[in-house]
Amino acid sequence: MTQMDTKTDVKGAREDEQITTDPKSSAQQMRAGNLTLSFGPWIVAAVLLAVLPFIFTNNSSITIMNQMWITVIFALAYNMLLGQGGMLSFGHAVYAGVGGFACMHIMNASDFFAMLPLPVLPIFGGLFGMGLAMIVGSFSTRSAGTVFAMISLGVGELIAACSVIIVAFFGGEEGVSGDRTYAMPFFGTEFLQQIEVYYLISAWVLISAGLMYLWSRTPVGRMANAVRDNPERAEFLGYSARWVRFYSFVASGFFAGVAGGLFAINYEILTEENLNTASSGVILLVTFLGGVGFFFGPIIGAIAFTLLQTVLSLQTDLWAFYAGTLFVATVMFFPGGLAGLMMMHVPVFRLGKARLLVMPYLKTLLPALIGILGLAALVEMLFHVRHSAPGDNEMTLFWTTFDSHAILPWVVAIGVTVIALGITRATAPGLRDAWNEANTAGARA
Amino acid sequence: MDLILVNIIDGLVTGLLLFMLSAGLTLIFSMMGVLNFAHASFYMLGAYFAYQISLALGFWMGLLIAPLIVGVLGAGVERYGLRRVHQYGHVPELIFTFGLALLIEELVQFIWGKNQMPYFVPDALNFSAFAIAGNSIPAYKIFMIFTSLAIFIGLLFILTRTRVGMIIQAALSYPRTVEALGHNVPLIFMGVFGVGTALAGVAGVIAGPVLGTFPGMAFVLGSIVFVTIVIGGLGSLWGALVASLLIGWLTTFAKAYNIAMEDILNGIGIATPENLDSNVFRDLWSITSPQIADILPYILMVLILIIRPSGLFGKRHS
Repeated sequence: MTQMDTKTDVKGAREDEQITTDPKSSAQQMRAGNLTLSFGPWIVAAVLLAVLPFIFTNNSSITIMNQMWITVIFALAYNMLLGQGGMLSFGHAVYAGVGGFACMHIMNASDFFAMLPLPVLPIFGGLFGMGLAMIVGSFSTRSAGTVFAMISLGVGELIAACSVIIVAFFGGEEGVSGDRTYAMPFFGTEFLQQIEVYYLISAWVLISAGLMYLWSRTPVGRMANAVRDNPERAEFLGYSARWVRFYSFVASGFFAGVAGGLFAINYEILTEENLNTASSGVILLVTFLGGVGFFFGPIIGAIAFTLLQTVLSLQTDLWAFYAGTLFVATVMFFPGGLAGLMMMHVPVFRLGKARLLVMPYLKTLLPALIGILGLAALVEMLFHVRHSAPGDNEMTLFWTTFDSHAILPWVVAIGVTVIALGITRATAPGLRDAWNEANTAGARA
Repeated sequence: MDLILVNIIDGLVTGLLLFMLSAGLTLIFSMMGVLNFAHASFYMLGAYFAYQISLALGFWMGLLIAPLIVGVLGAGVERYGLRRVHQYGHVPELIFTFGLALLIEELVQFIWGKNQMPYFVPDALNFSAFAIAGNSIPAYKIFMIFTSLAIFIGLLFILTRTRVGMIIQAALSYPRTVEALGHNVPLIFMGVFGVGTALAGVAGVIAGPVLGTFPGMAFVLGSIVFVTIVIGGLGSLWGALVASLLIGWLTTFAKAYNIAMEDILNGIGIATPENLDSNVFRDLWSITSPQIADILPYILMVLILIIRPSGLFGKRHS
């Protein structure tokens, strides 16, 4: 279960993922059952989206949520390539960026924009993203894997560099800005307030996530998995691996463009930053953190990452360092991401043995958390000692203010870290035993 | 004519530096089938380590020790990172090195801060070697050319003419057979990864004083290195050499000669539009070659991939 779905060899392909078209086969029936059952999560999501602004009412949390849902769409679009199609793109911000820039220009074309309801605008962003994806995809989808990754990087860099050269479209260094309120009023709404934009974005999140989910159930979406796992065999079945990849790429470009259009509506400005390699890297990070093996993985990733970014960056200058560490740790130890970690527990619940895990989890994870916080404190203190202004010895950490140049705080931090990690180490075998026990069918304990 | 010679030397320096990086990367790629995204980060580490060492022991010790440290670090990354991730497949391996690149950049900023380091050319080489029509060529450039060449002739000799090289080459193609013959293949992989990153380290040590030692230096060169080996053909050492020199000369000449797009278009018979400022293509008309010098490699890569997907010297299938 911990293994990720991006397998390249035949032996690794999961037995129950065999492609079949026989409607009587259990695999097909199960899938059909899944489809009817899975209306539940969508309704829950819709209700949640509608209710959240009533719980978190202040403007900054609505801003954070807007950013979160835009990232959700972008990450889902990205996962259409990475998770479903096995194509690793290092330049995907370009498609969102170009879609966003196109929307910005539509916003500035006042005659046309005055006749256009704002909620429709992201479609244009999507179409521009899709158009670019069709051009690039025509030569980049010939192969997956490393070659595709390199081409996507090169094309991404190329277009990002164009932003300073083609000033007419990308607006040079200051970017392009516009005003969303010039659009035709949509049922009397002019989108002057943040909350109105929130509901616009929420509606788009539901629509695009739903469409992307349905896409993953279409023959093309299923074939994308087949091509990812074994292109030769897919070719042998009569599907062109290249065209399947191309369709995935184009569809992903469309939804990335939608995300870009929503970005344009939300922030009313786009700059070179929306195109560059750094933002392409961020979306890879978000998607992988959430888990590429599952459809909902990127959603979790986008929510977690946006929270991490907004909350952590207020607390520390080193947030990118922590995010990087978390990312590398995820790749090394939990290649299934957060979604993979969650899904690991499904068999435990099915067996009705989740109770067995509560105490071992508490015994191991609580000290582990304290140990990690201790390590972070040490890192912060080290950073403060090295980079603070001379004479400025005071620092505040975990609601305590102390002198970072004194011995005592260091002794305390090192002590807490070592003890906590020691406890983690000592209790880890117990957790492993409990885990094995909880995953074994048989007599209940 | 003399100016051309100066530019040829400049392009050669850039190209050979690029080759030093891309050769290590190619070596690692043909070994593990994985592009080490953090390769340029090891180049950056080389420069920073050399700077730190040069403060205490001087430039030459830095040149000697820094690549060694970088190589050991690289071998450690292979042993404790890549080998672990390998079981999940190639894409996670690539993502791992990508994450590593981010992490190394953050670490460098953590330790040395965001400013450029005062890492300079050593006094022994800080003079003008000779002059071509009034343009003096610094001795350091000559030193760079000869170091790069010497390392590569050495590397090529070891790979193709010695027993160690024979075993490495065999391990690249037939790891199981080599293992059955009693050689420790994982150790060979670790060694080659170490050597590859050490090469990047050397490039960092000698490029640091000229191109600047700052936290973004890996980012600046990072993607160009990939473009180089894609143009040359993945896994081909000769391709990497040709592509590096090509890119070196291309960018140098584009920067040295101010060729305007308008002149080219006029030259092939397209007249400048009447009112250029309101024209949609005004940006296209006003482009000059120094402006696009830095993106020429990417354009070249896209063109080559369209015409010949496997790169200049690549094998038919990739």
